[in-house]
Amino acid sequence: MIHVSFSRRALAIGLLALPLSLSAALAQDVKPTIGPPGLAFAPKTGADLYVTVCQGCHMPGGKGAVGAGMYPALNNNKNLEAGAYPVHVIVNGLRGMPPFRAMLNDDQVAAVVNYVRTNFGNSYSDAVTGDDVKLARSAN
Amino acid sequence: MGSETQHESGMSRRDLLAMVGMAAGSAAMYQAMTSLGLAGESTYRGSPNLSGAPKGTSVLILGAGLAGLTAAYELRKAGYKVSILEYNERPGGRNWSIRGGDKITELGGETQTCGFAKGHYFNPGPWRIPYNHHAVIDYCRQLSVALEPFACLNHNAYFHSTNAFGGKPQRIREIDADLRGHVSDLLSKSAQQDKLDESISKEDKEVLLAALKNWGGLDNENRYTKSAAAASLRGYDRYPGGGLAGPSAPSEPMKLQDLLKSGLWRNLNNFFQFEHQNTMLQPVGGMDMIGKGFAKQLNGLIRYNAKVTEIKQDERGVTVTYVDQKAKGTPKQVKADWCVCTIPASILSQIPTTVSPKMKAAIDAVPYVTSVKVGLQFKRRFWEEDEMIYGGISSTNLPINTISYPSDNFGSKGPGVLLGAYQIVQANSFALASMSAPERIAFALENGSKIHPQYKKEFDNGVAVSWHRMPFTLGCGGMWNPSTRKEHYSNICQIDGRMVLAGEHVSYVNWWQEGAILSALDAITRLHERIVKTKA
Repeated sequence: MIHVSFSRRALAIGLLALPLSLSAALAQDVKPTIGPPGLAFAPKTGADLYVTVCQGCHMPGGKGAVGAGMYPALNNNKNLEAGAYPVHVIVNGLRGMPPFRAMLNDDQVAAVVNYVRTNFGNSYSDAVTGDDVKLARSAN
Repeated sequence: MGSETQHESGMSRRDLLAMVGMAAGSAAMYQAMTSLGLAGESTYRGSPNLSGAPKGTSVLILGAGLAGLTAAYELRKAGYKVSILEYNERPGGRNWSIRGGDKITELGGETQTCGFAKGHYFNPGPWRIPYNHHAVIDYCRQLSVALEPFACLNHNAYFHSTNAFGGKPQRIREIDADLRGHVSDLLSKSAQQDKLDESISKEDKEVLLAALKNWGGLDNENRYTKSAAAASLRGYDRYPGGGLAGPSAPSEPMKLQDLLKSGLWRNLNNFFQFEHQNTMLQPVGGMDMIGKGFAKQLNGLIRYNAKVTEIKQDERGVTVTYVDQKAKGTPKQVKADWCVCTIPASILSQIPTTVSPKMKAAIDAVPYVTSVKVGLQFKRRFWEEDEMIYGGISSTNLPINTISYPSDNFGSKGPGVLLGAYQIVQANSFALASMSAPERIAFALENGSKIHPQYKKEFDNGVAVSWHRMPFTLGCGGMWNPSTRKEHYSNICQIDGRMVLAGEHVSYVNWWQEGAILSALDAITRLHERIVKTKA
């Protein structure tokens, strides 16, 4: 896993110093994390969580996809402006999207939301916290 | 998750759903769901009797999966004017087999071309038919789709755990025999020491001891030992032979502590749940023979490559707008008096549709489960030639979960295609779904080679299917829980204006083909009654 943590560090630097397209390319070096059997996801950081949990549908770089139905693109997505919205969707699901309340803990939900809201052309710097996730859990 | 679950593998959907419930802090909730959904045999009572269809009445069917095909087949037989719109360029939907030359394009644009040899296939969706799924089997009969045995429990396949027996795969036969043997030994001991006297009469005790001796493969002292009786169940060190090599030598049972600690016993009961019991069946030549069988009967009535973009209805009829995915160009419209919509809820929830608020809420309440399967072709059938495994399923705690060997072409000299990974619902199914297809195949090879060292030398080519990336479903099946069932299930079943929904998601037999067919039969029977009443 040395490779992965190295990439993450490179990504963090990239966000500050490099053009966006290059930092997105580095993000794609992160590989999905295989964990122990069961429902709980193992990754802790936003980048690892995105690639392991979300990328299967929302695609690398958050670019979304279209077939008979579609997966919304998360890049440059104005629906991410209010952090509570993606938190709610991840915890409780939305239409065909499964709820992740049983698979991710509060910190993991917050980490992946903060990652998506500050990557893929999104720059919403007001981070969400585990408490915001608790609120979404009780809402349903 | 505790270390106990590390051993869990080859889990049934029932186990998985129970786990979902436990992780959510509501095991009872999900267990209730599974017992409701999976208990009891099929409610199939034969083809419906739809007499008295008003002349010239048209029904438009959306989706040519097993639900849509069943609806079309029966409604046309009843005298309705039937037509179908289908997104794919083939019939069947999730009833699908992949063969050499087939192209598979996932969402995200990655395309694989299957390189399997002629006569070989891989079922990325449904792959086995329980004997108690009467509707599927009866339609196979009606459509002349030949069935053959699907070997589910193979006593010579493996249970494997990286945490047990030094990572060496164990034959299912040995786990089964030793669990029975040791349990019988312990219980016999208790009975012989009069410890069961409060629970059992003296007469019954003698019969119990006889039963345990028989069922557990115990020796004459009712002990589970290295004996002829144990060997008759768990196998021999040297098997009975001919001539001078004739005499056999019994094998040594594993120790009870080792067996218990291994956790491998957890895999056994999966094979005894009623949907997995012998005899399971499969269509000869691929699961998609069923969809193709229906489509042959409905020749010319299915419009393929049609992406539905809007469903409108009023008191006079239904108008569906679609875009031809090959020709593109301007959207086209089809009108009909009535509509049976079998589009998965994951997709229907995104299509502008004239329905009641209750129906819309129900369509929006069904999330779709993730699943990944990998099919691998090997140059030779080493599992048969080297390991005497003819069909059946090996289970492992490795993240491939399952290896299933082909149930056809036994003993043939050429290549063989097996199921090299099957992940569903669990966290790792999302991780696999996030990989590219070549990454999934490499992953299946790397992990599978820990059970079959021949893998790397004999590998030829493979395909991998992620159901969340299938453009026509966005998932492998609809997921209900007791609270969504209570709030929405009855609503999703209702005839809404001139439209009714059908599919596995409108059933209690979720993720099975039986659910799709039973749902369609129930929907069209009620729709027919409504139509007859409306015209009268």
